[in-house]
Amino acid sequence: MKKLSILLLFTLFSGQALAGKTFKNIMKRQKVRCGVTQGLPGFSAPDSKGNWKGIDVDVCKAVAAAVFGDPKKVEYISLSSQQRFTAIQSGEVDILSRVTTHTLRRDSEMGLNFAPVTYYDGQAFMVRKKDKIKSALNLNGATICVQQGTTTELGLADYFRANKMKFKTVTFENNDEVVQAFVKGRCDAFTTDASGLASERTKFKNPNAYMILPEIISKEPLAPAVGHGDDQWFDVVKWTVFAMLAAEEYGLSSRNVDKFMSSKDPKISRLLGKTKGNGKALGLNEKWAYNVIKQVGNYSEIFERNVGKDTALKLERGPNALWTKGGLMYAPPLR
Amino acid sequence: MNNNEIPFWQDPKNRSIVFQVLAFVIVIFTSWYLFSNTQANLQRQNIATGFEFFTQEAGFEIGESVVEYDSSSTYFGALKVGFLNTFKIAVVGNFFAILIGIFIGILGLSRNWMVRTLSKTYVETFRNIPLLLQLFFWYAIFTEILPGLRQAMMPIKGFFICNRGLFLTVMADHPIWSWVIAAFFLGIALTFFANHFGLKRQAKSGQEFPIIIWGIGLLFLFPVLIWLLGGAPTKLSVPELQGFNFSGGYNLSPEFFSLLLGLVLYTGAFNAEIVRAGIMSVRKGQWEAAESLGLSRFKSLRLVIFPQALRVIIPPFTSQLLNLTKNSSLAVAIAYPDFVNIANTTLNQTGQAVEVVGLIMAVYLTFSLLTSFFMNWFNRKMALVDR
Repeated sequence: MKKLSILLLFTLFSGQALAGKTFKNIMKRQKVRCGVTQGLPGFSAPDSKGNWKGIDVDVCKAVAAAVFGDPKKVEYISLSSQQRFTAIQSGEVDILSRVTTHTLRRDSEMGLNFAPVTYYDGQAFMVRKKDKIKSALNLNGATICVQQGTTTELGLADYFRANKMKFKTVTFENNDEVVQAFVKGRCDAFTTDASGLASERTKFKNPNAYMILPEIISKEPLAPAVGHGDDQWFDVVKWTVFAMLAAEEYGLSSRNVDKFMSSKDPKISRLLGKTKGNGKALGLNEKWAYNVIKQVGNYSEIFERNVGKDTALKLERGPNALWTKGGLMYAPPLR
Repeated sequence: MNNNEIPFWQDPKNRSIVFQVLAFVIVIFTSWYLFSNTQANLQRQNIATGFEFFTQEAGFEIGESVVEYDSSSTYFGALKVGFLNTFKIAVVGNFFAILIGIFIGILGLSRNWMVRTLSKTYVETFRNIPLLLQLFFWYAIFTEILPGLRQAMMPIKGFFICNRGLFLTVMADHPIWSWVIAAFFLGIALTFFANHFGLKRQAKSGQEFPIIIWGIGLLFLFPVLIWLLGGAPTKLSVPELQGFNFSGGYNLSPEFFSLLLGLVLYTGAFNAEIVRAGIMSVRKGQWEAAESLGLSRFKSLRLVIFPQALRVIIPPFTSQLLNLTKNSSLAVAIAYPDFVNIANTTLNQTGQAVEVVGLIMAVYLTFSLLTSFFMNWFNRKMALVDR
């Protein structure tokens, strides 16, 4: 058994050896393999009909639209936070779009390349209202539920160490188990990214019995990632995200993009591929960005339909607003 | 040319050598190919390799630990905590599983229908439900049924039970306690020695040695004497509700306790069957012979039957010891920080899958080999010796 598992492990890594670049494989397969969560409403979760929905899912759809002109050419592979890095390293998925925080170590040692941030998040705590905890600084001595192997697990330890407080952790591999342990009272608090807390709370039987503490204790820029070793594929993913930001900035959306095809603005002409060059530079069809905007939408559309005010999550744009509106979302020139 | 001479290819000796060399070359080539391929791929993607992460700061907390640990410790420190937690559950778990096995196994042979049936019911129930389900069941009792911290039940004074685990009153820290424990272990050793000496004397003179009285004296009076010499401290450490948790006392976490209960009851059922089978394998004539010497039923069991049964019992018992240790890796499912749990976290924080998975396999192999080694030695000692 032991020999067999070593063999399996090695073949996992050797699979890619001769096959060449990720991008070529995707073209041959005619499908983008997208690593997503095991169900986090607003980011990636299947709806009642079994279709994957969420910001992270829309990023994958946008990439498929840019590459094939068809957002349906995506295969979703749901991964636990533990499986995710091995999955991208071994080439099991082409893109990891799974609420993953961009960090130095992951970008280097772990062999990942991070595309632009798709959601600026921060870590927060959720507690029961009846416990009357008003601030994260009141959590000294508390038992805290957290998902294993995440940046939140590290951020939690950092925060308590910095504030000279003590705590106990209960960690599970699976997010649902963490949430269950908290709801059932095994822990005093539950911590993950603030958006994740908002998302999980929508699943609770009695969401009003819980509150999210005001402190945001860490920076969690969530970004899609690809593996090292294929720069072209990295560029495609990167500029797909930028195209969605640029579209919002120029006022283009899935509803009005056709009208803009006759626009005289050179920026828009370049974005929509009327002025040729961008597509060729990326190795894509010149209408790649048009397809992204038409078939998936601009960043604001994606945000609003998945996590915005009219959804169960009710999140504000906050730092995720465009730079022109005081946020951090900024696309370099598409030329 | 001699007619009896066998052609080279038909000589089974030559053939076996050729095939073995061939198999060896294939194994070497395959492992070389896999190794170099992995190496090349990791290098191509610029993924870190090696065990340098051992000395880096781990940065995460661990729920429970038998040694000093915090998030500023190294990954090596974290893995050590996991290793010791696995060791702890394996030792405590196997101890109770063997006790239960012997006890229930003997009850299964009782002449009393009621006792026999109860034993059988226990064995069949716990043996036939998958261990993982049993673990979830015991853990669910804590999370679903038991009350919260502030409504903790107190069946006995100073003993609390709630969804944060069991809180026990223990003796407050005092330097003498470690000496008392040492005295207890010394007592065990001395009892063995006294027994050995007593048996020798009995063989010579036929005089029975009062080992039970001696045993009680050595095991209990000796530590008590040390305790009195140390000033007889009686201060207790009682669990008291303070802030988010009980302070003082000793805490058995729901994770540890559910895992222990699950492993002990599951493995205990198998052990009971092994003990029952072992005793039944001793021929009826041995019982009759013992009886004809005037030994009571309990004494025949202890002095005549059980030592013979042990020869049948030990080899499958070894497998069960190993099974419990390996099954303890299911701890991941109920959040007990065992070695696999900590190693998984390490894997995820460092991204070094090959090294960490290799490490997990090496650790369990070491556990298993050490257990086998010890049990084989024990088995040889217990085996029938020709005189």
